[in-house]
Order: sequence, then C-alpha cells, then structure tokens
Amino acid sequence: MTTARMKVAAAAVVLAALAAYPWVFANAFYERMGAELLLAAIAASAWNIVGGYAGQVSVGHAMFFGAGAYAPLLVYTHWQWAPVAGIPLGIAVSLAIAVVIGLPSFRLRGHYFSMATIAAAELIRIVVSNWAFVGAAIGLMGPPVPRTWLDLSFRSSVPYYYIFLAVLVGLLGLTFMLERGRSGYYWRAIKSGERAARSLGVPVRRFKLYALLLSAAFTSLAGSLYALMVGFVDPESGFGILASVEMIITAALGGVGTLFGPLLGAVILVPLKTATNSLFGGGGSGLTYILYGGIILLLARFAPGGLLELWHRLAAGARRPSSGKARHAA
Amino acid sequence: MTILQIVISGLLLGAVYALFSAGLTLIWGMMDVINFAHGEFVMIGMYVAFLIVTWAHGGPLVFGPAAAALLFLLGVGVYFSLIRHVIRGPMIAQILSTFGLALLLRYLAFWLFTANFKTLPESLIPGTLDIGGIYIGMPQLVAGVAALILTLAMHLMLTRTTIGSQLLAVAEDRQAAMLMGIRPDRMQAFAWGLSAAGAGIAGALIATFYYIVPTVGESLALTAFVVVAFGGFGSVPGALIAGLVIGVIQSLSAYVFGPVYKDVVVYALFVVILWVRPQGLLGRA
Repeated sequence: MTTARMKVAAAAVVLAALAAYPWVFANAFYERMGAELLLAAIAASAWNIVGGYAGQVSVGHAMFFGAGAYAPLLVYTHWQWAPVAGIPLGIAVSLAIAVVIGLPSFRLRGHYFSMATIAAAELIRIVVSNWAFVGAAIGLMGPPVPRTWLDLSFRSSVPYYYIFLAVLVGLLGLTFMLERGRSGYYWRAIKSGERAARSLGVPVRRFKLYALLLSAAFTSLAGSLYALMVGFVDPESGFGILASVEMIITAALGGVGTLFGPLLGAVILVPLKTATNSLFGGGGSGLTYILYGGIILLLARFAPGGLLELWHRLAAGARRPSSGKARHAA
Repeated sequence: MTILQIVISGLLLGAVYALFSAGLTLIWGMMDVINFAHGEFVMIGMYVAFLIVTWAHGGPLVFGPAAAALLFLLGVGVYFSLIRHVIRGPMIAQILSTFGLALLLRYLAFWLFTANFKTLPESLIPGTLDIGGIYIGMPQLVAGVAALILTLAMHLMLTRTTIGSQLLAVAEDRQAAMLMGIRPDRMQAFAWGLSAAGAGIAGALIATFYYIVPTVGESLALTAFVVVAFGGFGSVPGALIAGLVIGVIQSLSAYVFGPVYKDVVVYALFVVILWVRPQGLLGRA
C-alpha cells in the first residue's frame, strides 16, 4: 500500500472511532473532555501548518486564538448579534496581524519570527487587558441563555463535539491536500534548507506567508469555537502565553509536520490534563505546566520529530537495523 | 526637571537591561541560538538575592557574586546537557529546548515561591541622592553603575583578552578555530556560563528595587529581545547602547502613556525595528 492510501485508511479508522466516542462514553464529563480534545487538536493542527510543515516556529499563536475568541463575544456584547457572526471578524483581524508580523520577519533568520510572535502576542494581551471596549481585565461573556438556535448555545457538549469534529476533518483534509501538492513540496524544501530552496526557485517568503495566513485563520476559528462553547473569555485564557504553549506542546508531542501528530498529541495530553486537574484541583495547574515544560524540553532534546517519528524510527530500526535511519530520512 | 529625572532613571534601568541583553546577544551571535529562558535566568538571580537576604542577611556584595557564580554553573550545565545536543538539530529543536526550559524554570519557581510578590528591604542600600532637585534612589544608582561597569568589562574581556579572542574566533568560524587549537565546545560552554552569570547578577542588582515574582522573566526576556534586535545581531556595544535607549524609551512612555503601556511601546518598537532596520543599530545586515 502506498503511504497516501495508508493515510486514508488510517483516517477512516480514526474518524469512525471519533464519531462513535460520544455514544461509548455517554456522560457529561467525558463528552466535555472529548469536545476539549477535538478543540485542542484543531488549534494544534492549525499551528502545525506554519510551525510544523513550513518550519517557522511561532511561540505567540495565542494572538490568533485570542482574536478568534474575542470577536464573537464582542459582536454579541456590543450589537447583540449572534456570536457566530463574529467568526469572520476574528479571522480578518488575525490575517491582518499575520501580515504585519510575517512580512518583515520572514525576510530574516528564523529566530526573528519566533521572537516577533511572542512579543506581538504579549503586546496584544496587555492592550486588551487595559481596553474597556473589549472588556479590559474582566473579559467578555456570551448570551446567558440561547435566544435562537443561531446562538449555537447548547447545554450538552455533544453538539459542540460534532461541530468540532466537522471542522477538524475539514482542516485535516485541507492539510492533506496541501501536503501532497505544490505547497507541501515547497514547505518541506523551505524547512530543510531555506538557502537551497531559494536557489532552486522556491518563492520562500511567499510560501512562508501562505502557511502563516492559513495557520492564523484556522487558529482564529479554533478560538471562536472555544468562545462559543465556553461562553466567556478573558485576556489570560484568550491571549495568555499558556494558550500558545498548549498548541505547541500538543503538536510537538504527536509530531510536528505530520498530518495526525497534533491529533495524537491531543489524545494524550487532554485526558492527562483533565486527570491532573481533577487530582490536584486548581493547585495542580502549576504542576501541569512544570510537566509541560519538562515534556517540551525532553522532546526537543531526544525526539524533535515527536512520537509519530519516534515510532517510525523504532519500527524501521526493528525491521532493518542497518538502514533504518537512511530510509526514514528519505 | 521632571523629564531629566525620568531620563536618568531610564538610563539606570537601561544599564541593567544592557547587562543581561549582552549575554543574550553573545550567545545569539556565537551560536545562532536564541535563549528563551534568559529571562528566567534573571528571575533566578533575583530569588538568589532574596534567599540570601532573608536567610543569611547577606548584602549586595554577597548575593551579587553568589548569583553570578550559581548562574554561571547553571549556564554551563544547560549547555552540556541540552544546547550541545540540539545545536545541529532542526530549528524547532533549538527553539523548543530553551522555550521548554523557560516554562520549567518559571513554574518550578511558581511552585517553590508561590505567585506572591516579594521585595527586598529598602534598608539594604539606603538613601536617595539629591542633585539640584533631581532625586536618584541609591539602589537604582548602585545597580545602574554596577551594570554599566560589568557590561563594559564584558566587552573588554571579549575584545582584549585571550579567552575573549578565542570566543570570537569560534563565533567567526568554528572549523578554523579548531584548526588553531581552540576547543569550540569548551568556548561555547564558557559563553553560556558568562551569559547566564550576566543575567544572574543583573537579576540580583534589580532585586534591590524591583518586585520579585516567578513570571518576571517573561517581560524581561522580551525586553532583552528588543534590545538585542535593536542593538544588532551579536554586538555587545550595540546591546549597551540599545539597552540605555530602551530604558529611556520605557521610562518616557510610562510617563506619557501611563505605566501599563511602558512594555507595549517597547514591544511595538520590536515590530517597527523588523520593518525599518532589521539589522539593528550596529549590526551587520
């Protein structure tokens, strides 16, 4: 079987399992965890487009997530619109930010982009925390009770679960197509050596920017979905550095630059986080982040390709001990 | 008069920014690695000062060198256990390694010391200097002058001593340096030690008048990024000038726009630098 066919087959199995999940674990706690898992997978898959495929590591993706989370609640708060109407606004703002950050920093070494993203995210967080129109330090609320079905406000997590699943399937389908097309080749070329890619005629800056724009748009959508489900956002949950950290660690654990890596990361991390939070209560969040820091550090040191790559490496090593590495590199 | 007061306090704080940014730019210029945990090194320097003052009642002459020595060891340790292994790896490994380290150190401090703000007693370095109506707190003055001297000393060490030449040789051309009998690994470890020691002592210096909290490293690291980008890739004199300029800009914007916006102006400057002069003040293109 070709790799592409294997991926389609694997996708079908994963999709069936995900579609069946709310029937198997039919109680509010697990339904909610499932929805959070899918949301984490969407955000991490969106980060993965620029951070993984194009190899431009953003450490400030919270700015897109936050823009997406604020926009629906903002249009509700000020004009009583249905929150979903804010989704395009969030995406527009995110694309504008992406252009302002991406255009200049993609001319420079990779580190500049990482530094620019974290500085911009922090800048926006501080401005939002002090701006009364967007709720300042208190944040914004959604409709307390659904007015019409357009408010997409449900008591159960199951409707959210299936909305998120549809978005995730759409995002992964798009990523799959791009991965196999010209963009995928260009991104891989840029990632493995920018100078070489440029000398071969790859429009490096343009394709880095495409990756960032696509990534920003979907991260913003993830933020909007979060706001629809939770019905509340404040500067910390929207723009805080930990929102960026969760996207990075979820993608890096599963495998950066792979189609299913971010989903795998979410499948491992979200239940882990839910468990630590229910074990240690609110005081456990500090411990969760010590753990996150340690995991990110160990991944960078020992398995920068994440678990999927580690698994491929081990599998290849078991099959063909001598040429395992060479085969994987190709 | 008020403006002069603001400029002077900005310069004094800016000298401390210059000290810890010099270490960051040294590492960046030498190895093309950005240390996202650099702010956490400063934060640890602050807690070293805090612990020595509360437990041993030691003064700045004790906790300054202690912070420098401890952070030197930490820097060397981080180099050998982490950086050496990721330096030739993919870009993502380089960025995530120090980013993960930053989170680990920040939340370990959170867990050990809680989120409460801590300060050192004002009696540690008492007094205020009055020069014709301009008031300068002694802690700020001591920190600023000491930071200025140390940054200049770091520059002199890099340009005038044998070990400094060896460091720069490795930065210039690792292969050629090896052929000259310099061990690049040892030099890079030394650079990490030096960089961390600078951050540690800077932390100990500002601890005498700054709030001490586990998350302080984040805003300090971002300030250092702006200083380094402004001063130019790998340039210690650039970091010194940029540090002083950023210090003044920050003080002035706190006065003009209000204290909460002082960091906003500095971070926005980073984006402006990217657009207008990405090579920095004294940097190569």
